[in-house]
Amino acid sequence: MSPPIPPIHKRIFLVAAGDLEGAGSVSTAVRRTLRELGVEPDVVKRAGIVCFEGEMNMVLFSQGGRIILIVREDRVELLFSDRGPGIANIDLARQPGYSTAPDWARELGFGSGLGIPNMEQNSDRFEIHSRVGEGTVIRSTILRGVHDDTGDRGGARA
Amino acid sequence: MKLQALAELVGARFLTGADQGEREVTRAFAADLLSDVLAMVREEGVLLITGTVTPQVVRVAEVMNMGAILFVRGKLPTPATVEYAAGAGVPLLATGKIMYETCGILYQHGVLPAKRKGLPMDHVPPNPAHP
Ligand SMILES: Nc1ncnc2c1ncn2[C@@H]1O[C@H](COP(=O)(O)OP(=O)(O)OP(=O)(O)O)[C@@H](O)[C@H]1O
Ligand SMILES: [Mg+2]
Repeated sequence: MSPPIPPIHKRIFLVAAGDLEGAGSVSTAVRRTLRELGVEPDVVKRAGIVCFEGEMNMVLFSQGGRIILIVREDRVELLFSDRGPGIANIDLARQPGYSTAPDWARELGFGSGLGIPNMEQNSDRFEIHSRVGEGTVIRSTILRGVHDDTGDRGGARA
Repeated sequence: MKLQALAELVGARFLTGADQGEREVTRAFAADLLSDVLAMVREEGVLLITGTVTPQVVRVAEVMNMGAILFVRGKLPTPATVEYAAGAGVPLLATGKIMYETCGILYQHGVLPAKRKGLPMDHVPPNPAHP
């Protein structure tokens, strides 16, 4: 792979564990930033979805972490890193419907087990690394100028 | 259908966005699980019918560029959430009717179902053996 084009924008957001009031605010800020930078609406939407799902997982399952937004001319990258229990079986976590969300989280509208599949589906490249007892790192890359007008994405092309 | 007409049909009141009564919605999606909304709604401007009243519902409606949120079963978001929606320009309506009845009335009056995105699990055969 050729070296990435240098960033035109980089921003770091902190995510607090269990912050059910503020959860989702990073996604909103990311969308605003991308719109201000003139990023394509389709990319803004996909980044908003990826960010929301990653952010919610950090709030619900980790002990907190951060999200880094990197905007390049040809792509948007979202890097999620948290301290926490980690994910023991990543293949399982990637499967639609797999969720360990507790009952209280389900009552709040979480726990479809679609967050990670949804992040993957809206990314052009998607990587998860996790160490049990330490934390989880996720990198999502969304390519710009690859217009998707059907709304049906066949899943991530890693 | 205009939000105002829709509100009258299901006995809903505006929590915010009453000035948007002329806004049109043609399709609706009903769910309490937010990831289902994020994974399945394909178009923009869709009406979200839900019993989930957390602040994240409004974030999801924003991310998905939805037309409005209609809360069912008499559930109400907190004033802070209503205020946030007002700032974000997302109209909020609330009815005491249950989701089934709300959807039935709107369907009968021509509000179409939202088009659903394909998902990886669509290819899983029905009744998979669960471990
Ligand atoms: N950052 C994380 N740290 C630890 N475990 C995680 C993390 N993110 C996800 N998981 C685990 O992976 C599972 C699947 O995550 P996913 O986002 O797909 O579904 P969910 O969060 O349970 O439900 P939904 O996202 O549909 O509301 C979670 O239930 C949890 O067990
Ligand atoms: Mg999740």
